[in-house]
Amino acid sequence: MDFALSSEHEMVQNMVRDFSRKEVYPGIKEADRKQEMIPSTLPRMGELGILGICIPVRYGGQGMDYIALGLACEELEAVDTTLRVAMSVHTGLSSMTIFQWGTEEQKEKYLIPLASGEKLGCGAFSEPGAGSDFAHIQATAKKDGDGYILNGEKMWISLASVADFALVTVRTNPDTDKASAGLTSFIVELDQPGITRGDIHGKLGVRAGSTGWIAFQDVRVPVVNRVGEEGEGFKVTMSAFDNGRYTVAAGATGLIRASLEASVAYAEERNSFGVPIADHQLVQAKIAMMAREYEIARLLYFKAGWLKNQGKRNTYETSIAKHFATDASFRAASEAIQIHGAYGYSDEYDVERYMRNARGAMIYEGSNEIQTLIEAQYALGRRKDRALRCELPAYDPEYFQSPS
Amino acid sequence: MNIVVCVKQTPDTAATVTVEDGKVSWGDAPLVLNPWDEFAVEEALRLKEAHGGEVTAISLGSEGATEALKQALAMGCDKAILVSDPNFSGLDSLQVSRVLAEAVKKVGEVDLLFFGRASVDSDTGITGSQVARRLGWPALTLVAAIKAIDPGAKTISVERMLEEGRQLVSGPIPAVMSVVKEINEPRYPSFMGIRKASKAEIPVWSGGDIGLTETLESAVTWPEVFAPPKIETQCEFVEGDTPVEIATKLVDRLVEEKVI
Repeated sequence: MDFALSSEHEMVQNMVRDFSRKEVYPGIKEADRKQEMIPSTLPRMGELGILGICIPVRYGGQGMDYIALGLACEELEAVDTTLRVAMSVHTGLSSMTIFQWGTEEQKEKYLIPLASGEKLGCGAFSEPGAGSDFAHIQATAKKDGDGYILNGEKMWISLASVADFALVTVRTNPDTDKASAGLTSFIVELDQPGITRGDIHGKLGVRAGSTGWIAFQDVRVPVVNRVGEEGEGFKVTMSAFDNGRYTVAAGATGLIRASLEASVAYAEERNSFGVPIADHQLVQAKIAMMAREYEIARLLYFKAGWLKNQGKRNTYETSIAKHFATDASFRAASEAIQIHGAYGYSDEYDVERYMRNARGAMIYEGSNEIQTLIEAQYALGRRKDRALRCELPAYDPEYFQSPS
Repeated sequence: MNIVVCVKQTPDTAATVTVEDGKVSWGDAPLVLNPWDEFAVEEALRLKEAHGGEVTAISLGSEGATEALKQALAMGCDKAILVSDPNFSGLDSLQVSRVLAEAVKKVGEVDLLFFGRASVDSDTGITGSQVARRLGWPALTLVAAIKAIDPGAKTISVERMLEEGRQLVSGPIPAVMSVVKEINEPRYPSFMGIRKASKAEIPVWSGGDIGLTETLESAVTWPEVFAPPKIETQCEFVEGDTPVEIATKLVDRLVEEKVI
């Protein structure tokens, strides 16, 4: 067992950290206030290869491993959650799922532009009436010759208004015994007639990011854009969540670290009762909690990333990592505000943004209540991993790094 | 063009510097590529991209000090060389320039030699000029822009950044240049570069390899280092019934304290 990061991983970490701090941090408060994305952020993340970090070079990516993906997410969210959200939906839900389940033609046509950052992708799964109860989504696709006709609405979709492609899961068969067996996934190009979309404003957090809705009205999607077989949509979507949740876990770990660092700095400079507040044991208790939970969250996502590198299923470990890190990031940000006192309650300091941003991750990519059920089912032996027809490929440096 | 960049591994500038028992301590700060050297690496890479050739990064340091060189490789340098010898430990810049000049000679035909304007730890800013003198090449210091370069005619024209303004300087190459931060915006390492750097076997040149086996004596030593004096502040309210009275009292106090 080796807990040390490789020199390669350390350089990835430094590079993403430098980018986030130099190019995003100076403008993030203003963007958060205005509820607008910083226009240069996603193109720069594409240009620098961050968006395609763990996709093989032959598919337009950078050929790094899944630990590198986690480290990048940690660094991005230590500056702002919106950056990591882009990784979750573009890289985790969309690109990695096409890499796992897509045909060679789909990888050529869609994965290469996504991984190279030329195009943006998102995952369109939740609906106005179905999130946690995903098996009962209402959007439909009906077979029509060599294509399908899509109808319905997707909601709470990150990058909805800016993405070029969406991985969309809808119901193709309303008559299956199990509702989940009637779902099918598709890659949908979003610049076609019948698609309307927009952003949702007034969110508590992640205000400098795009979260929106996509409506499909008689949208024709060719059969070749179907990801997996008809009826495999639930499995495809759950695979997407195994990848998306991993990025959320790693990102939330970064948010704990950001809260910890802000708290340590403030506790050393602020005095009360004649001493720095860092000397007070009740402040120390809060800082100790953040430090402890940062270490735990990091180990949990490292383990999930290691399993991904080995090509082993990690639904259970990823669920725990996501659940723990997102809960802990909210606790850390909340206590960071407490340490900052009244200043923490104002947006003069970053910690109130951390807390608003942390809250969403306890809901999206599988609410933490859903994570609890997953964990319980595994612990009770009622859920076993069955082999998937398409597994996420293990990290093989030779395959990932060779150009063809 | 054959370009060499001299880089140094320094503590991260975010580190807190303290003085303990007369010695400077950077605590357990991570070691990074000297931030000024990033501009030098970037400019060397841009010249290579424009005119072809290769860029070699050279660093003088202990055998463990390869992080700066890895960063330079990850940014796009073709080669990296660590110059390391127990005899080279703790040298002043005059002796450092001697070591670096010999290392540059060993590289072979070099057209341009780059330095950052200074290193963030010792902050002397003179090593580049000293190396230029030893090599017998012109020193173009504080370069903020390369205005023209003709590798065929072996000429270069640069803009130097001075406090009073900018100065256009032309000269022959090979030349030594030290660059300021206004010259460019350094790139981030690419992922491909990171992979290359992490796998790179960086050759180590000892004193024997560059023909320097005698003991090198520093001319400059640091017999003592002081922490900056602590500034103690006191707050005093100057009060009075009228603004004129307050102002008069304030002036009296400032005169008394020899501020004015």
